[in-house]
Amino acid sequence: MAQLVINGIKQTVSADPDTPILWVLRDLGLTGTKYGCGVAQCGACTVHIDGEAVRSCSLPISALQDGQSITTIEALGAGGKLHALQKAWIELDVPQCGYCQSGQLMAAAALLTKSPNPSDAEIDEAMTNICRCGTYNRIRAGIKHAAALLTKKA
Amino acid sequence: MTKMSQSTLANPSRRGFLAQTSLVMGAFSLGFHIPTAEAAAPSPEVNAWVVIKPDDSVIIRIARQEMGQGTLTGLAQLVAEELECDWAKVTTEQPTPGQNAARGRVWGNYATGGSRGIRDSHLYVRKGGASARMMLVAAAAKTWNVPASDCVVEKGVITHKASNRRTTYGQVAELAATMEPPKDIALKDPKTWTIAGKPLPRLDTVAKVDGSQIYSMDFTMPGMLHAAITNCPIFGGSLKSFDASKIANKPGIKKVVAVDGMGVAVIADTWWQAKSALEQVTIVWNEGPHAKLSSADIAATLKEGLTAKEAFVGNQAGDVKAGLAQAAKTVEATYSFPYQHHATMEPMNATALFTGTRCDVWTSSQNSEAALETVVEASGLPVGQCDVTRLLLGGGFGRRAVSHDYVRQSVLIAKQMPNVPVKLIWSREEDMLHGHYHPITQCKLTAGLDAQGNVTAFHMRISGQSILSSINPSRLQNGRDPSTFQGLNPDGTEGVFGYAIPNLLIDHAMRNPPLPAGYWRGVNNNQNALYLESFIDELAAAAGQDPLAFRQKLLRNSPKHLAVLNAVAEKVGWDKPAPKGIFRGLSQHMGYGSYVAACAEVSIVDQKVKVHRIVAATNPGHAVNPQQIEAQIDGSFAYGLSALLYGEITIKDGMVEQQNFDTYELLRMAQMPKVESIVMPSGDFWGGVGEPTIFVAAPAVLNAIAAATGKRIRNMPIQSNSDLKIA
Repeated sequence: MAQLVINGIKQTVSADPDTPILWVLRDLGLTGTKYGCGVAQCGACTVHIDGEAVRSCSLPISALQDGQSITTIEALGAGGKLHALQKAWIELDVPQCGYCQSGQLMAAAALLTKSPNPSDAEIDEAMTNICRCGTYNRIRAGIKHAAALLTKKA
Repeated sequence: MTKMSQSTLANPSRRGFLAQTSLVMGAFSLGFHIPTAEAAAPSPEVNAWVVIKPDDSVIIRIARQEMGQGTLTGLAQLVAEELECDWAKVTTEQPTPGQNAARGRVWGNYATGGSRGIRDSHLYVRKGGASARMMLVAAAAKTWNVPASDCVVEKGVITHKASNRRTTYGQVAELAATMEPPKDIALKDPKTWTIAGKPLPRLDTVAKVDGSQIYSMDFTMPGMLHAAITNCPIFGGSLKSFDASKIANKPGIKKVVAVDGMGVAVIADTWWQAKSALEQVTIVWNEGPHAKLSSADIAATLKEGLTAKEAFVGNQAGDVKAGLAQAAKTVEATYSFPYQHHATMEPMNATALFTGTRCDVWTSSQNSEAALETVVEASGLPVGQCDVTRLLLGGGFGRRAVSHDYVRQSVLIAKQMPNVPVKLIWSREEDMLHGHYHPITQCKLTAGLDAQGNVTAFHMRISGQSILSSINPSRLQNGRDPSTFQGLNPDGTEGVFGYAIPNLLIDHAMRNPPLPAGYWRGVNNNQNALYLESFIDELAAAAGQDPLAFRQKLLRNSPKHLAVLNAVAEKVGWDKPAPKGIFRGLSQHMGYGSYVAACAEVSIVDQKVKVHRIVAATNPGHAVNPQQIEAQIDGSFAYGLSALLYGEITIKDGMVEQQNFDTYELLRMAQMPKVESIVMPSGDFWGGVGEPTIFVAAPAVLNAIAAATGKRIRNMPIQSNSDLKIA
């Protein structure tokens, strides 16, 4: 039984201690976070734990301490508004099948927090999630577009 | 937020399940499972394709399957174009295969593969839109008692100018639904299109960026249980016995069942419980006849085929034997292309509910009509008592096109848990071990050149697996698999060999290892283009000629092949030297009705190869949504380069060695080249979009690498067959 803050809401999570956070979240109905590989290779399960991008398929719920905070794609935009990345994704029509995009967006959001104007090399390094539809070029453009949107606002 | 703790699902009573289930089914018969008569009541169905609500919102029905390729938006554009409705008011819905069966297949074929979503249905969906428009206008004209020909329509508003009267589609839709459908339907000239042919945003993007899009994997219903499965990992093996005593008292476990004599499934409250418990079930397999099979055995079988006497002929002209004998110079090379796995991001899964008199499945499929057939067969119920609700696919690429093994298994599991919905999810490992793999082939090419370097004789011998033999042997033509010769055909509209060579023989020694083969994005065009276009560069080198000029001469009778190649050469500046350290390679091919060409730019530094840029051209005949065609070009290159650089399924002891993405590497952001697209529809045919450009990515890169190193890579993938590393 862990007391966690999931998308800003405190809750008690009961699951077998070895259950990966991915499956805890999905069983709570937060299905935007996806199962792809189960071995932290593809990144479809990326969420933020205390602001850091984490591949939730390979981290058991028992690894979290009471009070830790998980943010999923459902709460990427604050206060019901879209995050700049989500706006950019819509504007550039980034997704194809879209299955990996929650993870891509969460990875990209963590990158922009660290580096508001990332270089191509930084994007290559941070964005290691797999997209089988091959939307990489639009993801890259989307990150740059979102960075520009955020800079304009700041 | 709804909190679903595991305890609420623990030990539910049968009565509770039944109550929940019937409630759910009630909800679904209103939500997803709409019998069309009911649907027609509040929202008039003008015809099978078009529903218009009183508030003027337009629902366009889509039969072909969206799976990321954009066909949903493209098909809606085509209907809306002829309907003359307001695009801003368009939404879509997908009739089920059961509804299609009940209405005499009014929506035609649901199968979505072979890049046929738009090219094979544009005519009848456009007619559907036009017919609905004519009925709506006729309804307005009838109300006003004026000739329909005096009325004009724009964005869903019908106007009778002479009397200055206006009405909207929403106001006349109910009456329109009762009008006689027109017999003669004239379609618009594509040159006048205002919705189709435009780079409109996709209709399905928003839900994909906030986590709200429901994929098959995300489907849920109250009382639903989860199943994890392990099938015999050895091809040709089966289930002998299992012992589940170790998990008998584990929390959440509901049942352990044998499935189809091939596997064992654990049914539990949550998937993680099911999967963890399954690992503790002791399973004994009948290993079957292929338990010692290895990749080396398969390679040896294929190698024998390269020189075998018997082979199926795909394309023949002149006398290749004599041509080779008379040649001033002969060139020979042998290539190979390994098994590939689809690796859709969403592993196979399906939810099934079997009640004894009904079987419903919720799943992702490229052909839900075939999925429904599978449900009928596995459930033993008539088609009228079964249906499949189409949920979005987390990738298809051919894996969900033909084999619905995952659907079959879900039904066989649900039958052992009647009245309870059960979602079966394959683990990634299960998905890797039970693919329907891109077939394996080898290819021996032999060509004769005359003293001027003209190709006078050309023999292309393919040895390897036939897809049809694996998935549907009844469609073989006297034993021959025509799909083996994709892009190499003498004529037709699908994929024509463009090179003019007087003495030609392309043949196939069929060698079928016991792995299930399937359609994999691009299918046999992938290796056919790779073999052919690599070897054409080898011939150009042997003739001492420029690869572009060499191809231009050989394509003298194939103007459309030539046009895309020339467009690429011009855009990349082939006639000027590449930047320092950059090497270029060309390729061209025709498949799924479209003409494609590419030029790749690579560098090799410290033995590390990097693909910087690919310039690509496609002539798909018509371009329904140019920005989505560009997205498909990008995506096809990512898929094709992934196979070229890394992709390889190998076999040891009768089973696949690569069980997850740590051993089956896939292309990521850092390896993705820049892509510059030239979309150049010639307007006189309808070709495919989702696949064709994949054919030319790999050979263009191989030719660029050969230009850089002087060494030819002939066995794929690059990572395990050359001294190059992937940057």
